[in-house]
Amino acid sequence: MKDIREDIAWAKINQDVMKSLENPRPLYWVILFFAVLTFGIGIGCEVYQYQMGMGVANLDNPHVWGLYIATFIFWIGMSHSGTLLSAILHLMHADWRKPIYRFAEAMTTFSLMTAGLFVMVHLGRLWQFYYAVPYPNERWVWPNFQSPLLWDAMAIFTYLSSSVLFLFVGMIPDLAIARDNMHSGWRKKLYTLLALGWEGTDRQWRNFRVTYLTIACFLIPLAVSVHSIVASDFGMSQQPGWHVTSFPPYFVAGALYSGCAAIITLFIILRYVFKFEDYMTLPILKKIVRLTFAIAMVWTYLNCVEFASVWYSHDAVSKDLLIQKMTGPYAPFWWAMIFCGSIVPLVFAIKRFQTNIPVLFATSLLLNLGMWLERWMIVSPTFSHGYYPWTWDHDQWPSMIQWGIVFGSFGWFTLLFMVFCKMFPSVSMYEVKEMVYHRTLHLKNNGTAVEQTVEQGVH
Amino acid sequence: MSVTNLLDNWAAVRHFHPIDDKPHDPYKWAMAIDLDACIGCNACAVACYAENNLPVVGREKFQHGQVMHWMRIERYWNEDDREFPDQGAEFMPMMCQQCEAAPCETVCPVGATNHTQDGLNSQIYNRCIGSRYCSANCPYKVRYFNWYDYPTTDNVWPAEMNYQLNPDVTVRGKGVMEKCTFCVQRLRAAEVTAKGEGRIVREGEVQTACQQSCPTNAISFGNLVDPESRVHKQWKAQQVDLAKDEQEKDKQEGGSDLRGYRIFEDLRAYPSVMYLERVRESAV
Repeated sequence: MKDIREDIAWAKINQDVMKSLENPRPLYWVILFFAVLTFGIGIGCEVYQYQMGMGVANLDNPHVWGLYIATFIFWIGMSHSGTLLSAILHLMHADWRKPIYRFAEAMTTFSLMTAGLFVMVHLGRLWQFYYAVPYPNERWVWPNFQSPLLWDAMAIFTYLSSSVLFLFVGMIPDLAIARDNMHSGWRKKLYTLLALGWEGTDRQWRNFRVTYLTIACFLIPLAVSVHSIVASDFGMSQQPGWHVTSFPPYFVAGALYSGCAAIITLFIILRYVFKFEDYMTLPILKKIVRLTFAIAMVWTYLNCVEFASVWYSHDAVSKDLLIQKMTGPYAPFWWAMIFCGSIVPLVFAIKRFQTNIPVLFATSLLLNLGMWLERWMIVSPTFSHGYYPWTWDHDQWPSMIQWGIVFGSFGWFTLLFMVFCKMFPSVSMYEVKEMVYHRTLHLKNNGTAVEQTVEQGVH
Repeated sequence: MSVTNLLDNWAAVRHFHPIDDKPHDPYKWAMAIDLDACIGCNACAVACYAENNLPVVGREKFQHGQVMHWMRIERYWNEDDREFPDQGAEFMPMMCQQCEAAPCETVCPVGATNHTQDGLNSQIYNRCIGSRYCSANCPYKVRYFNWYDYPTTDNVWPAEMNYQLNPDVTVRGKGVMEKCTFCVQRLRAAEVTAKGEGRIVREGEVQTACQQSCPTNAISFGNLVDPESRVHKQWKAQQVDLAKDEQEKDKQEGGSDLRGYRIFEDLRAYPSVMYLERVRESAV
């Protein structure tokens, strides 16, 4: 099966993508409405928390960290698959990424922005957040360079700025198309500004390719390091359940996993809302599903490694904590995590479900739920069954304020993402044209072996 | 410029190991708590509230675990097959252990918690941004966070109680971490007085609030470097040393007469508080 139809004319590609900037299906406005609503609720909760203090989130001693940190890791994790699709698969020449990498890269950028919000929301004195930034100052006061939290702040900022740059640079030829095809108005002015005078000359294309490739190469190690550093927040600490050597690869695998699941969800939504049926095709979906399945199994394996190494170690405290996770007050969530993270993806192994959109949509939401639970199960149980017996069996559940801010973050992300997709071409026009061009060229040369070559793109 | 300052004073920023390069001259403040003498009366905790302007959070916030007691008396029931009034219990006064290699210090992103020359783990309220990483990494969970704005909006000290506040201690606003300071305001006052007279602080010249209020003298506090101090003698008698990560009493087979230990020594935080194990009836 071909990734996309080969007889699509270049002009039709332009038309279809430009149409997505003008008139999406009505569902778009419904989603936007709910996004604004949820975001509003989140804002309300945050304003209240800012006024009253962190106590309204129902955090306490020892439960000093809660859903904010868990959801922070979730969003950071989600950002990783954008880079996987846009940079890693770009280097691997996997052509099928071309129609979908743009929105994946946008997902990276916006989920990083959402994660950044949680750093702020979590701080007790967020009005002093800049103390964590190493700026030269008259008082000669520096942040603590030993703290993983400081590495975190720097890594996220670097990753965010690089991702924005990567997203923008990759979009320049498409912005030029949008500029040329848009009726006059403020949007035409915007595209003119952002297209940076792109004319599609040979020299521009060559410089563009080199720039894009350079940023891609820069972004890949960055993506791996960012989540390794987030893992260090826990791995570098002394607490049972956190002080685990395998955390960095485990976190990166989990990040790719939740990111791929999110890509499936957004793929299905965008395909319907913006009428991208010709570009976000079922064969491409099938490839992401297979990729997600592979990553899900890696994640499951790393989970088993962690449990086994704790179980057979002589670290009594960590072992107690593991038993506590399985049987204690967090058990329902812990088992839900195992079910959603390791059992549900088995659906992807069944061939007829690999292109069944309702099933995939439901499954991808469950996977995301599982990955969110995983982050919560890393953060919270350590506090209720750590080293110190005084803190044992001390449960503290998040308040409605805390839940409100967590839900608000989903609204914020959806809002940014949906506005982006309406404002900018979310399917890469120039790269889809490349796909069509290569295919037609191939048809002319060797009409019989099409099936075989297309399959080579699957990795 | 400040970058030069950072590089010039790199040694002050990064110690190889706190145990190796802390001079502790002329002071190393330390404590010894005799669990055999502790009767669990909570006088120390009350004294701490009065001395350090700790907010009294009320029943509801207490139940939410948002209590601010820097000094807490923990109660552990004995498993002796007896029902409540007859059942035995152990008491454990717990406060910041002022670790020499404190896990809280390395993780603070803004360096708000530091080690002082006289061996205290200090907390700079003005610098704290409230990331709560220090508390997350504290093995003893003895750091307390200002979950609400206790002095103003929460109004924990009504107008008529203002005169009860200790003027030597600042009150803390919302969003900062706080913890036991070994009554640093008393230590500094004594150190300054002694320095003016060209000597060091003598044994008994300075007391912490908890020590002062203990009816059974279970808490002794003083300068560990001073060979005349009670705390030094106790540590020495129990063969407990700052740099050790294992108790002598556990090394000897078949039990020993030694009672001194520090909590979670194997985590190598090198705490400055020694506990003396309770002498049990069965062991006598």
